[in-house]
Amino acid sequence: MIRNSLAALAALLAFAAPNAFAQAEIQWWHSMAGLNGDKVNDLANKYNASQSRYKVVPVYKGSYPESMTAAIAAFRAGNAPAILQVFEVGTATMMAAKGAVIPVYKLMKDSDTPFDPKAYLPPVSGYYSDPHGNMLSFPFNSSTVVFYVNEDAFKKAGLDGAAHAPKTWKEFVAAAEKLKAAGQQCVYTTGWPSWTHIENFSAWHNVPIGTKENGMAGLDARFTIDTPLHVRQISMLADLAKRGMFTYAGRQSQGEAKFASGECAMLTSSTGAQANIRRQAKFKWSVHFLPYWDDVKGAPQNSIIGGASLWVMGGKTPNVYKGVAEFFNFLSRPENQMDWHVSTGYLPITMAAYEMTKKSGFYKEHPEAEVAIKQLMNKPPTANSKGLRFGNFVQGREVIEEELEAAFEGKKSAKEALDEAEKRGNEILRKFQAANAR
Amino acid sequence: MEKRVVFKSAWLPYALLAPQIAITVVFFFWPAIQAVYYSFLVQDAFGLSSEFVWFQNFRDLFHDSHYLASFRVTAVFSLLVASLGMSIALLLAAMADRVIRGAVAYKTLLIWPYAVAPAIAGVLWAFLFSPSIGIVPYYLLKGGINWNWIINENQAMLLVVMAAAYKQVSYNFLFFLAGLQSIPRSMIEAAAIDGATPFRRFWTIVFPLLSPTTFFLLVVNIVYAFFETFGVIDATTQGGPGEATKILVYKVYYDGVRAADLGGSSAQSVVLMLVVISLTVVQFRFVERKVQY
Repeated sequence: MIRNSLAALAALLAFAAPNAFAQAEIQWWHSMAGLNGDKVNDLANKYNASQSRYKVVPVYKGSYPESMTAAIAAFRAGNAPAILQVFEVGTATMMAAKGAVIPVYKLMKDSDTPFDPKAYLPPVSGYYSDPHGNMLSFPFNSSTVVFYVNEDAFKKAGLDGAAHAPKTWKEFVAAAEKLKAAGQQCVYTTGWPSWTHIENFSAWHNVPIGTKENGMAGLDARFTIDTPLHVRQISMLADLAKRGMFTYAGRQSQGEAKFASGECAMLTSSTGAQANIRRQAKFKWSVHFLPYWDDVKGAPQNSIIGGASLWVMGGKTPNVYKGVAEFFNFLSRPENQMDWHVSTGYLPITMAAYEMTKKSGFYKEHPEAEVAIKQLMNKPPTANSKGLRFGNFVQGREVIEEELEAAFEGKKSAKEALDEAEKRGNEILRKFQAANAR
Repeated sequence: MEKRVVFKSAWLPYALLAPQIAITVVFFFWPAIQAVYYSFLVQDAFGLSSEFVWFQNFRDLFHDSHYLASFRVTAVFSLLVASLGMSIALLLAAMADRVIRGAVAYKTLLIWPYAVAPAIAGVLWAFLFSPSIGIVPYYLLKGGINWNWIINENQAMLLVVMAAAYKQVSYNFLFFLAGLQSIPRSMIEAAAIDGATPFRRFWTIVFPLLSPTTFFLLVVNIVYAFFETFGVIDATTQGGPGEATKILVYKVYYDGVRAADLGGSSAQSVVLMLVVISLTVVQFRFVERKVQY
């Protein structure tokens, strides 16, 4: 009797298994809205059409912090998605959540899927790898900060477009003064103030943002942003703000719209802004390397990435993980990478995709699209410029931004603001360390 | 003798009360107890590890100058919202009380904004006053005023106060109007015959007689500004620039949800719970009893 029912069960399973295989659904929570969101759906559809065992279901869950919060809540309730897109500042939080996530290198190994971390650009793979070089999350959309110039406004101020695009911060201030004198209402604005003027600024000048290799080598890192060089940068900005040459636009990408509309003549912001600027700008514009202080030894070094990577959440069946691994393999194909790079403005993240785009002649037509990757690959990354990893940096970055705002408003001196930002940032790091050390 | 309906059954009253009690327990007591419990824990974002730390979170809180600053911001914000909302409402009510033609239409229109959700009110004001695309900054700039609440603390505070008070004006208006209409006409007429000016009549007769309404509204408005303006802040300044508009309730949300610090956030909500309790006690003990004609 028992044997009979076992046999029946086995027969049932034999029928059920391929069926279950065919229906394995992979939830993918992301934060790509608008044009980029359509592209995400495209990728999923393309993958779903290419095979029949797995179905990737992309779900838009709001902004980066929102989707991360939603996933944390879902994990606590026991129904997290299989794949979660997390922005770069959330990396340390995800990494510390052992048991909540499956490292990508392990996922690929367990499912026997070919995976070569060396195929990725070093500044990209370095950002998402542990100290032993194991890739923990799957790089997806990477960007970096670049410098945008409105060439028409430059011409009006007697500066000859691209040739006069400031290379150093000294030249930048001189250009700003000329633009202002020529009656430019908004001279300069920036997106992502901390990412641009603290994080990328530090890497670009090869100075640390924090101890322990910018937090990558341990939870006991401290911020080191209260240095004369950082103070010099923030004082310069605060001074420009006071003289009406720096219009603060907010903590996210708000500044990009001010540049695209022609209101502001200079902008530092994400490469991801290019698609929108290309569509909206009714003037000649160009993209350049970030300015630097030419008296700093080793500057310019290389910039660091932003954007997001894909994390694999724990608690799913091996079959689902097999599907996730195959989907990642699909995403890393050069033709898919190039398609993503060309249509969104995010960086090509593998060497193969970069070479392929070069060969296609895309950069001849759009030289501005190649500036970011050249800046990212300017020099081989050092311990100061391979990225950063601070616990609860979602909060840490906002604390830095609050203090920067106080400096730009003239309420605090640059020194006081950075001093306080470092102190408050370190308190957050200690709290994170206490909560995650066990 | 007093007439009463008495339930004979032992369980019926409890059964009738049960739904309400269940709702109160599930939606009020349970989360409140959870908040108290979490306020004693230090926990990572995913809830994978937690440690019981007694009052550590509270100690951290009161040693944090930024938390104390948030108290000050909240006090300034609530006083401004309450006084602005109430004075405009009082002015409108005093005027509406004298209107003869079209009074109903006038009153109806004034009550409308109360139906607008705080988040929507916030978005509307944010659009009107948006530094890049708003219509108001455009004209202000023509008048030589550089309006940019994204970096100017006072302008940011002004914006959230206006957006928060705007909604409350309707509510206050309703109560003031009812209060005004309950004042006997004969007293005002007598004063008028004695030669008192309308201004004098208002301050010596009407305003003192309105005092119970005013006190009631003061408490209600402060509670509103403390706890129900989250939507306005989130839709406009999100607490910035710096921490200029980070009121206590917004800080609870920010620290708990965005910054994933559940312990610290729970400790803050326990503190807020104590504030509500004491405000409620004040309202029942003093305001409702002491203020009499």
